[in-house]
Amino acid sequence: MNAKVLRELVAAQKSGCDVVLATRLGDGAQELIEAGRGSDGLGVDEGVLADVLRVGESRTVETGDGPVFLRPYIRAPRLIVVGAVHIAQALVPMAALAGFRVTVLDPREGFATVDRFPEAVLVKEWPDRAMAGLALDGRTAVVALTHDPKIDDPALIAALQSDAFYVGALGSRKTQGARRERLGEGGFSAEVLDRIHGPIGLPIGARTPEEIAVAVLAEVIGALRR
Amino acid sequence: MDPSNSRHTNADPVLAQAAEWLDEGRRIALATVTRTWGSAPRRAGSHMVIAANGDFAGSVSGGCIEGAVIQTALEVIESGEPRTLEFGVTNEMAWEVGLACGGRVHLFVEPVV
Repeated sequence: MNAKVLRELVAAQKSGCDVVLATRLGDGAQELIEAGRGSDGLGVDEGVLADVLRVGESRTVETGDGPVFLRPYIRAPRLIVVGAVHIAQALVPMAALAGFRVTVLDPREGFATVDRFPEAVLVKEWPDRAMAGLALDGRTAVVALTHDPKIDDPALIAALQSDAFYVGALGSRKTQGARRERLGEGGFSAEVLDRIHGPIGLPIGARTPEEIAVAVLAEVIGALRR
Repeated sequence: MDPSNSRHTNADPVLAQAAEWLDEGRRIALATVTRTWGSAPRRAGSHMVIAANGDFAGSVSGGCIEGAVIQTALEVIESGEPRTLEFGVTNEMAWEVGLACGGRVHLFVEPVV
């Protein structure tokens, strides 16, 4: 590896830029390829590059000049927690520990504070405005935890209109049913509404906020890795 | 509310270490897991950086093959030529250095110059 390539790789990661390092295993020839760009020298198929970046897993591909190892360096998956509530206080540090970039969104005064969420990016705005600025993508999960339709509903609407890999909402089956009806009237099909995980979290019989956080995080990780 | 907040964009610590050692003028090699089978503990893409004096950071297994990888890395630093390595229970090297977990791994070891 050329020292210049190593330094570019470290700089790309620091600036949050997604790249693939392609290495021809026969002779060590290398190319650092930015997301959205094609391969210049090593002749790697663009579709393969896009796939490696999307999945985030390394892979060796055959080319006319022998096998080429593709190693993606991508930003960590992101978890957007809507509602800076008690469950969020358990979920946010757990998710950060598991490697997620965590954003906490809550417009209410005193909820989304640095003291309560030192690991997270905090957004103190209403979700109907704020979600548009968060650029939800296929490596983003959204969990709505407020129980308040005024906050949860607009966040869920934005999540359902995005490629978010996971959308979940706290609430009993009855609450979920009422929510489904409201969002359905807003024009979402049953198929789209099925994307909402609710009741949220793996069914492990969680009772405390901390246990519910474990169930939610496990379900999010399951959706990410599946 | 910048979602690309800097606290969320850290470089791989092994690569950061490699860059730091380079800046200090040390001679180094980078070992990367390129493929795994079975229950190998470190995923493809895992890195280990090795300096000419034997210092290393990162891991490419649960600790079973690091010694052999360091040996190869020192040779690679001297020769300047990259090498591929294979470890696993089906490999004849398994009698000396193998994966107790029963997995197999392929590695690429390259000088950084």
